[in-house]
Amino acid sequence: MSKEKIFRNLAVSGPQDLIFGFAPKPVKCGFDLTIGAGTVFPEVNFTLPVMDVSTKTWPEVIAHYEEMATNILKRAVAMKVPGIVLEFEQLPQMTETPEWGAEITALLERHLKQNYEKYGLRGAARITPADIRGPAGVKGVKPVMRHGELWEKLNRSFDLCIAAGGDLISIESIGAKEVHDEGLMFGDVRAIVFALGVLACRDMTWLWSQIVDKCEKSGHSVPAGDTACGFANTSMVLAYQKLLPDVVAAVDRAMAGVRTLKAVECGAKGPSKDCGYENPIVKAISGIPISQEGKSATCAHFSHVGNMSSTMCDLWSNESVQNIRLLSGNAPEAYTELLAYDVRLMNIANEKKQGKIFQSWMIESDQNVSAIGTILAPESVYTIAKAIVAEETDYLRTVAAGKAALDIIQKSVDKKNLNLGKKELQWLERLHKEFANLPKDENVLAEEIFGTMGHLFDPECYGLKVAAAAAK
Amino acid sequence: MEKCVLMTDLKKLHKAIVEGDAKTAVEVTKAALAEGAKPLDLIQNFMIPAMDEVGKLFEEEEYFVPELLLSGRAMRGAFDLIRPLMAAQGVQPTGRVVIGTVQGDLHDIGKNLVAAMLEGAGFEVTDLGADVAPEKFVEAVKAKNANIVAFSAMLTVTMPKMQTTIEALKAAGLRNQVKVMVGGAPISQAYCDQIGADAYSDTASGAAAIAREIVVNQKVSAQFAEKGEKTLAGIAAAGKGTK
Repeated sequence: MSKEKIFRNLAVSGPQDLIFGFAPKPVKCGFDLTIGAGTVFPEVNFTLPVMDVSTKTWPEVIAHYEEMATNILKRAVAMKVPGIVLEFEQLPQMTETPEWGAEITALLERHLKQNYEKYGLRGAARITPADIRGPAGVKGVKPVMRHGELWEKLNRSFDLCIAAGGDLISIESIGAKEVHDEGLMFGDVRAIVFALGVLACRDMTWLWSQIVDKCEKSGHSVPAGDTACGFANTSMVLAYQKLLPDVVAAVDRAMAGVRTLKAVECGAKGPSKDCGYENPIVKAISGIPISQEGKSATCAHFSHVGNMSSTMCDLWSNESVQNIRLLSGNAPEAYTELLAYDVRLMNIANEKKQGKIFQSWMIESDQNVSAIGTILAPESVYTIAKAIVAEETDYLRTVAAGKAALDIIQKSVDKKNLNLGKKELQWLERLHKEFANLPKDENVLAEEIFGTMGHLFDPECYGLKVAAAAAK
Repeated sequence: MEKCVLMTDLKKLHKAIVEGDAKTAVEVTKAALAEGAKPLDLIQNFMIPAMDEVGKLFEEEEYFVPELLLSGRAMRGAFDLIRPLMAAQGVQPTGRVVIGTVQGDLHDIGKNLVAAMLEGAGFEVTDLGADVAPEKFVEAVKAKNANIVAFSAMLTVTMPKMQTTIEALKAAGLRNQVKVMVGGAPISQAYCDQIGADAYSDTASGAAAIAREIVVNQKVSAQFAEKGEKTLAGIAAAGKGTK
């Protein structure tokens, strides 16, 4: 049963309260680790090199994870980090065979325990099963989200990973991606808004109510949070490749905040996941700590906001790196060192009461390089967050977030801070018009989108009643 | 060749496709066909040049993906009116491509872009979606009599499935009749060579250009011509005076 708590106010009194290391609602987890209470910790994410994952290669897979866990924690101890989070982002095969994901969860917990007992290294493991529901992206097949073999496997994966001791439970859920992708590809704002504000929010509520229940029953696992990776990161990466307008990706990012917030409204405690660049909006509204990635995640993502994304983080992540040999050791341990230096600087800045100065440099570094940078500055985040909580429904909140982001971008362009090219400006103008023409009633939009994209999604999978679908 | 004088301004067809205006593209095509315009003339002189222009605008970063796809949609709308007439005259598509993301990999946006570019270039594209098992590729190549099969992978751990799929094509006795194209963030020319694929591209428009080159090099048009058939590749190549 849903225990949704809708946020009507912000957790911070102004953008000045948004700073790395401090969250209004810190989270205790794992081996004596408290996140968001004044210290930024590294979150190291790692994956396999080029190899097949199968029953035949499973011993080799386990050997890789043993090696990665051993070496990351060894480097973390050597670097005297104040604590660490290891993220295990499962490959689809590891969720399809839930026992595999649970085996690696137990392996990581064992390493964290040993290092805590031997060296006093505080730590926690974030376990992220792959959202294998759907299946997504199969031509002519509408994803099945709430039942079926794939959901049962995912559900069991959560159960087994929690039973194996997983400290922080996360997912990068994909509900509504089938409509959002199509919307992005055709620059269809109405489809994007419908996907994020109606379908995705409904799926988040359904999914996260269950994850929160499972974690609460376990007594030790913390329901941490979701990320709009399949949504706003897709648009961001496409924008950086000049395949989509930057302004579309920026507005998409702001709107994704409403979707990601749903996990917290259903009881998630944070830290929200690293690749959710919309997380600062979630932090401003809910007060939970957040993980972020940026300049030290270039191994996985290209972005223009590598400094900006660190300005409000509580965990600082490398996103993902393969277990391949570098001159200084393997890549995961090398990135551990990199993150250790990053967080050491942030923590020293805060200790010296100069965190805001350090933060201001990182804001200035990225704020006017891209539209996404512009909307992710603390002042913009605060404005977008305020616009969100002023509205009643998820749909209206999503529209409000998009409009707020557009206004911020427009003001920055007008002040000649943000320099956009001719094509970007044409899209900015188009977005203003499209947002002004969105219906107030989400049901009107639902009927319309079902008419044009009904071949892509099943409304019932989102608990949505569409008259046109019922008539079929 | 007998020249047909039309009232319909066919430049509007070109413009409608470049601007992604499907409604106008369909209206102009309908009117032109009603006046007796030759389907081949519409394709050769207006539709393919329009999509070439769109491809160029995209390549030069003047167009984003939405503009590219809307143009493709306009082209398809017009082509759907022409297709039955072409089939009646025995004209074949540029080539047949089977495309999909390999097994275990759910990333499909890059693959979708390549599929759209191939359709724009006149290929008949069978998109198998994401997470496609090797046997599904084999079945589709066989069923569609494909010239080209294209695999995409975004994860390093799904890259080996490209080789597995090539092995499946070999085992089914299909490898010699189909060219294998590969792409995706972790893929490189070196990896393409290593697994015995035929072609690699790091961009969607590059993939379409390579696919065109493949079918022309396969001399498919010549083979079809020998049988008294025509292809869009042959028409396009002849129209541009290339290859």
